[in-house]
Amino acid sequence: MSTPAGKVAEATLHAVGGLVRRLQQAVAGNGAASGDDEARSRWRSVTINRSQDEVLPDGRVPGPLAALGDLVEVQVRPAPGGKGTELAARLRGAEPTGLRSAAARIGGDDPRQQVRSALREAKQLIEVGEVLRVDPTPHGHRPPTPTGELVEGATRRAAGEGVL
Amino acid sequence: MKALCWTGVNETAVETVDEPTILNDRDIILKVRLTTTCGSDLHLLGGYIPSMRAGDVLGHEFMGEVAEVGKGVRNHKVGDRVTVCSFIACGQCWYCSQQLLSLCDNGNPNPALTEGLWGSSIGGCFAYSHALGGFAGSHAEYVRVPYADQGAFAVPDGVSDMAALFASDAAPTGWTGADGAGITPGDTVAVWGAGGVGQMAARGAMLMGAEQVIVIDRLPERLAQVRQYIGAETLDYTQDSVVAELKERTGGRGPDVVIEAVGMEAHGTGPQYLYDQVKQQLRLQSDRPTALREAIYACRKGGSMFVLGVFGGVVDKFPMGAVMNKALTVRGAQQHGQRYIPRILQHIADGELNTQHLATHVMSLDQGPQGYRMFKEKQDGCVRAVFQPDGPTGSTS
Repeated sequence: MSTPAGKVAEATLHAVGGLVRRLQQAVAGNGAASGDDEARSRWRSVTINRSQDEVLPDGRVPGPLAALGDLVEVQVRPAPGGKGTELAARLRGAEPTGLRSAAARIGGDDPRQQVRSALREAKQLIEVGEVLRVDPTPHGHRPPTPTGELVEGATRRAAGEGVL
Repeated sequence: MKALCWTGVNETAVETVDEPTILNDRDIILKVRLTTTCGSDLHLLGGYIPSMRAGDVLGHEFMGEVAEVGKGVRNHKVGDRVTVCSFIACGQCWYCSQQLLSLCDNGNPNPALTEGLWGSSIGGCFAYSHALGGFAGSHAEYVRVPYADQGAFAVPDGVSDMAALFASDAAPTGWTGADGAGITPGDTVAVWGAGGVGQMAARGAMLMGAEQVIVIDRLPERLAQVRQYIGAETLDYTQDSVVAELKERTGGRGPDVVIEAVGMEAHGTGPQYLYDQVKQQLRLQSDRPTALREAIYACRKGGSMFVLGVFGGVVDKFPMGAVMNKALTVRGAQQHGQRYIPRILQHIADGELNTQHLATHVMSLDQGPQGYRMFKEKQDGCVRAVFQPDGPTGSTS
């Protein structure tokens, strides 16, 4: 029979263990209430202010998406209300989940980032004719600070991330 | 070249940086003649807008002379005198085709940051953090202007550099609010904030048919400018109850249209202001909506509100009950400037719009840090500090 102190310690460990399990499930994407709506492959779309023929001339997929080859499937359909054409792509395979997803996103090799970037580039090429660049841009001294590194990291991933 | 850089919270410095280059076919490189502080810079300066990086070149309201053109530029040539919209828009996407140019799909190369914050990204803006594109600003000898055929506008002969400077941001932002609020002839319009944007919104409202325009602030020199150069009524909120005074001046109805030109660092009086200050400093809310609440409360039933002041994140105690029960229409936007700049330049040329009185302090770029201090602290009646990266120009007055 354990002492009162032992019971408290046991209960604490039990509670902490439960919390850790729930966190592990959430991180792994297995928790029913984790809300990880990126666990399945979904269509990602941009609406292009052009006709379907201009988006897929002679049925050709826009270059940035064509460059992804068999990684994605592509579809188009007219946008309602005269808003142009919806260009959509999704991964043929499963999307990374859990810790693998987090590592891939931070490392910049998550295939969803490729899909988002390709869609955004395709839209710009079709609408404007070129992809807007910002670097190299003039700047003053950039001391290596944690917040600065965070901003730079976020900026490096900005073309491939977001809620698209 | 020399440039005025953000170096940390409430710190700026003039540094030597690389000159910009043409990166896209539709770019121009502009030799900056005049560039000014803007109230929205203070949110960057104070660290209220995340995603600034030490070394970022400040400045988004400017005019100058075209120094170089990309091979895809059609409307401009070297030597042209232009004023440039602070927001960057492609002119080709659906939002641009609807004249909602600050919402451009293709103006921000870093869309993920604002998508995460707001659900969608908006267009880019010069020197307004990496969340809005990370574009270098105009407080420099040269600045790169993307999509120049859409964003740069020739300054008519007879319009001075200084007058044209404020057609870059303050005036078209004001026009965005006055037009977007749906002013109809005979309306009474109240504007919170007598800075450059508030003054321009007031004048825009008058030119769009408002019969009575009242501008609210606490700074006597700004309220004097409103009376002298804009021709609107004024109300000092430190001397009077804003809501009671507005009721008295409008037959008990309240203004038909209210325009908030203050933003996330609003000042005020009483315990509500103290509450907002404390919550913002504790990071329990990102923005102080003091003027926003008052404007909603003062607006007449069925009236319209336009939010021009910059807000970045979330506010507390938003009076949703008043919005819903009084059947208010609430809208907001960054400036759709490309839509308004040609007509604004024409209003200036026709003598219908004064702008250059905003330039209370004109100085060299080397004096930039001092200019920002004066502007932030409202020292010496500073409404706007204007920098001349290329020295005094012949057309500034």
